[in-house]
Amino acid sequence: MLYELIVFLPLAGALIAGLFGRALGEHGAEITATLLLCIAAVLSAFAFYDVAILGNAKTVVIANFITSGDMVVDWSLRIDTLTAVMLVVVNGVSSLVHIYSIGYMHEDEARPRFFAYLSLFTFAMLMLVTSDNFVQMFFGWEGVGLASYLLIGFWFKKPSANAAAMKAFIVNRVGDFGFALGIFGVFFLFGSLEFKTVFDAAQAKSGAVFTFAGFELNALTTICLLLFMGACGKSAQFLLHTWLPDAMEGPTPVSALIHAATMVTAGVFLVCRCSPMFEYAPDALAVVTIVGATTAFFAATVGLFQNDIKRVIAYSTCSQLGYMFFAAGVSAYEAAMFHLFTHAFFKALLFLGAGSVIHALHHEQDMRQMGAIWRKVPLTWGLMLIGTLALTGFPGLSGYFSKDAIIESAYAAQSQVGTYAFVLSVAAAAMTSFYSWRLAFMTFHGPRRGDPHVLDEAHESPWVMVGPLVLLAIGAVAAGVVFAEYFIGHHRADFWRGAIFVSDAHKALLDEIHEVPKWVKYAPLVAMVIGLGFAYYFYIVNPALSARMAARQGPLYQFLYNKWYFDELYDAIFVRPAKWLGRLFWKGGDGWLIDGFGPNGIAARVLDTTAQAVRLQSGYVYWYAFVMLIGVTVAISYLLTVSPGAP
Amino acid sequence: MDGWPILSTLIFLPLAGAALIALLSGPHAASNARWIALWTTLVNFAISLVLWWMFDPAKAGFQFVETAPWLAETILYRVGVDGISLPFILLTTFLLPLCILASWESIEERVGEYMIAFLVLETLVIGVFAALDLVLFYLFFEGGLIPMFLIIGIWGGPRRVYAAFKFFLYTLLGSLLMLVALMAMYLQAGTTDIVALLKHDFPPEMQTWLWLAFFASFAVKLPMWPVHTWLPDAHVEAPTAGSVILAGILLKLGGYGFVRFSLPMFPDASIDFAPLMFALSVIAIVYTSLVALMQEDVKKLIAYSSVAHMGFVTLGLFSLNRQGVDGAVMQMISHGFISAALFLCVGVVYDRMHTREIKAYGGLANRMPIFAAVFMIFTMGNVGLPGTSGFVGEFLSLMGAFQASTTFAIIATLGVILSAAYALWLYARVIFGELDKPALAAIPDMNAREISILAPLILATLGFGVYPKPIFDLTTVSVEQVLADHKANIQAEHASPPTIRAGAPLTIAPASAKPQGKDGHGADDHGASDHSEPEAPATAPVPAPAPEIPPATPAPQPTP
Repeated sequence: MLYELIVFLPLAGALIAGLFGRALGEHGAEITATLLLCIAAVLSAFAFYDVAILGNAKTVVIANFITSGDMVVDWSLRIDTLTAVMLVVVNGVSSLVHIYSIGYMHEDEARPRFFAYLSLFTFAMLMLVTSDNFVQMFFGWEGVGLASYLLIGFWFKKPSANAAAMKAFIVNRVGDFGFALGIFGVFFLFGSLEFKTVFDAAQAKSGAVFTFAGFELNALTTICLLLFMGACGKSAQFLLHTWLPDAMEGPTPVSALIHAATMVTAGVFLVCRCSPMFEYAPDALAVVTIVGATTAFFAATVGLFQNDIKRVIAYSTCSQLGYMFFAAGVSAYEAAMFHLFTHAFFKALLFLGAGSVIHALHHEQDMRQMGAIWRKVPLTWGLMLIGTLALTGFPGLSGYFSKDAIIESAYAAQSQVGTYAFVLSVAAAAMTSFYSWRLAFMTFHGPRRGDPHVLDEAHESPWVMVGPLVLLAIGAVAAGVVFAEYFIGHHRADFWRGAIFVSDAHKALLDEIHEVPKWVKYAPLVAMVIGLGFAYYFYIVNPALSARMAARQGPLYQFLYNKWYFDELYDAIFVRPAKWLGRLFWKGGDGWLIDGFGPNGIAARVLDTTAQAVRLQSGYVYWYAFVMLIGVTVAISYLLTVSPGAP
Repeated sequence: MDGWPILSTLIFLPLAGAALIALLSGPHAASNARWIALWTTLVNFAISLVLWWMFDPAKAGFQFVETAPWLAETILYRVGVDGISLPFILLTTFLLPLCILASWESIEERVGEYMIAFLVLETLVIGVFAALDLVLFYLFFEGGLIPMFLIIGIWGGPRRVYAAFKFFLYTLLGSLLMLVALMAMYLQAGTTDIVALLKHDFPPEMQTWLWLAFFASFAVKLPMWPVHTWLPDAHVEAPTAGSVILAGILLKLGGYGFVRFSLPMFPDASIDFAPLMFALSVIAIVYTSLVALMQEDVKKLIAYSSVAHMGFVTLGLFSLNRQGVDGAVMQMISHGFISAALFLCVGVVYDRMHTREIKAYGGLANRMPIFAAVFMIFTMGNVGLPGTSGFVGEFLSLMGAFQASTTFAIIATLGVILSAAYALWLYARVIFGELDKPALAAIPDMNAREISILAPLILATLGFGVYPKPIFDLTTVSVEQVLADHKANIQAEHASPPTIRAGAPLTIAPASAKPQGKDGHGADDHGASDHSEPEAPATAPVPAPAPEIPPATPAPQPTP
């Protein structure tokens, strides 16, 4: 019952707020949805204690979903440590975001709709993390995609919001194309879609081969790569990342919940959940490592010079997700999940803090219009500094534990891809520090750059918004030191209890990270200090210099500012050709070729010879009926007379 | 089956209603015609629910069989239902009251005739699904098009002549060929009894011709690429309820024909032509989705998306495996709800604005929040989002196709991206944005009648999307039967299993022990034991057809 409540209370909240929002009133709807979510969050904490600490993992079957021959798929809730961690993250952050939104959205009349979407998202995310088979996971997967689409486009009057929403959905569908094929492949190879059956058989099937178009492909590797394609879409990894920055068109609480703490981490969750398969597909793991590390680096470079406060954090998210992926790629799944866990706190904190700034400045998001407001919003300022420190890996805070563990495990993996990831991730750490501090300095310190009236009128947000920030800040400070021993410590096996599978060859990796050379241990720290130093020089000591450099628009600046021109590239190679083909098939294929030589050609001939074109309309219908009846009559007469004897 | 002839009641009750309407006269004739039509269709729906309740899904073969003397000793009036035809009958009786309601205010001229056309159509369509005699089937099958012609031709839009004419040209060719095929079948088998024909072995060479003749007819009805171009025009010109029936039910006649006739009666030809069907299906999915992307007319866009969705049906059917056929049947039922609802949604705004131009709309969410929500649900159904019935059918069809041919399945799966693109783009252009067009400034939201028409469709789409079991419970045994008939009728030369034959460039090892079956019987019925081989593949028997079996590597390979 506990687990049913955890998953379905948010659905109830969504339905109540969505269907009865008008009857309940705006306030009634938002309070109901928030209350139900808070209950679910408290219950999730119990579930975490019960499952992760006490070890009472279980699976609850709710109903049958699809049965087709051998393919049997149930609606069920599989609760193990991996799920329990996600339950806490999802319901915890979601309930705080619900509370925060009461304050942030208080001017919006469509709040019932907003809260219905938020709760619907939470439900879909919970279905995703509790699934015990690939189809239910896909249900949650697409469900969060729908909620994300609806929330990005929440302010539907803005054309940019609509375009961003559509882009998010369609790019995610590109990933889901791979995910769906991966699921088909799983069924083909294993004859089941249930996690337990599939995972138990993974080792035995590791040598199986697909022969595809003359090539022999390792079946398990192919499937893992297809699933990873889905993960890349959802988690905005390199090549499928273009939707995430645009998704910032949505209200800021949405960015915090969906595009930082929960939905975008679904891809990491997928890889960790499928660790029993990935462990037997080393080539797939190598790809995961390379893509993850590349994203971590790439997104950090783009984040360097963005001016929209939310976009900076969005690229930061993209980059941090890259860290999680390459951690999984070197088989340090526990570290990936740990970073997912800590990242949820400090990234949600940063986003909601940014929301608080935006709120204070009357929906100004451009950092070039901010500056020197820290005295006006002291609480927000302090809390965002905590978030920044946690993100950049300041010793003692949560990011320090999780991110450094990842960087060290990349080194400890002692493989070529591991080294690649190590080098890029240290470089990315320096850039992370730079853009994070740049954000803090441009927003709160330095010269006043924006409209003086707006800046003067800046005011601290109400407690309903600051309260959640405080809770998240506590998490950002303490989550690392409290949970590091559970997640990645020596006794991690007692915590995960088989929810994550690591093959014997990789088992010791997270213990070996304590034996890496000293310089490896200090590398992230040094990188952080370097980034901070540069940011301090350019935005506090000598802000005029950075402004001049930006104004000069050098080619590298242009390249990074325009996000490596991916949007332009995709428009040229996908969007425009698709439209061109569509038009060609429509006008050329259907119109000219098929109709021209088919019905229209015949029609022209008929019309040439028919004088009575006037009554075509009913005439043809009757003629048709006539021909058919004559046909039947002829047929039957023929059969009756020429019939070849009895049957 | 003794007792009340419930199936004949179901078939002929609408005809009785139509006769009653024909007798009407006087000032209230139009209003009375509406009410009689509504009550007739509602009662028929209730009867069909009783039929569902009485139906025994565990029994293979036909139930409620009625036989009566008819044209000749060998040509009888035979009707009956199995688990495949019953869902389609239910779909028909479910959609008809909605059609009548949807025409309540928008049809003002010749109301009586209009209602008669719909009721006659219901009789004929139920007849098609229930017919167990070839001649009867043919009569209903072709007869059903006449009322449809009239609906388009009389109550249609400005280019209705062209549309009806195009429809006519396409269907004529198919029906004549099918008629010839029916005669040939009778001459060969000596009976027109469908039940007997299902067990009859047609010589492979003859199968090819019969299959092609049936194909000509079914492919047009479905419609498949490249004989689909009548559909967008017919939809555009048809009145709303006409589109609903056309998309919701008449398109399914083609798919139903393939399941009922082509697969079990001409199995060898079906196997031989599976690659062709795959190719046409995949073209339909990708090509028409791209065309849909560029449409400027709401109805045309939805019509093209229908063609793409029917591509999944043929793809699933000719996978010739359990998931594929299940998926195809589910896809047809689901498309019955979703496309019907989409056309009803178009009808809602068309009744207000009298235009189908996408450009004429925009920002409707501002004034029509209920409509925006309803249209969103069906847009997502069209996209095949999990949780809607559209997902179940599409997913299973693709799952089946993947087992038959990865190449085709991969291309077909591109449809999930393209459908999202055209459906969301349409939605954004119609619903989102500022409401800045003066003509739309006073547009009212949906009224109670419109909500009550679409509410049952929402329930069906979401209900069967989350819990499709009631439909699968109905179809399971009958789909098994179709596949069993299909396999049983395969003749010696086609001993190898269809999954390999269907043009699949894919084999799998060591899992490809699959087709041969380890338990001795070659025809592994529904593959219950396919995947139960021992966990250590090194000890598994080496299957003959696998090209190369690399040694299994049970030991994990560490990352280099």
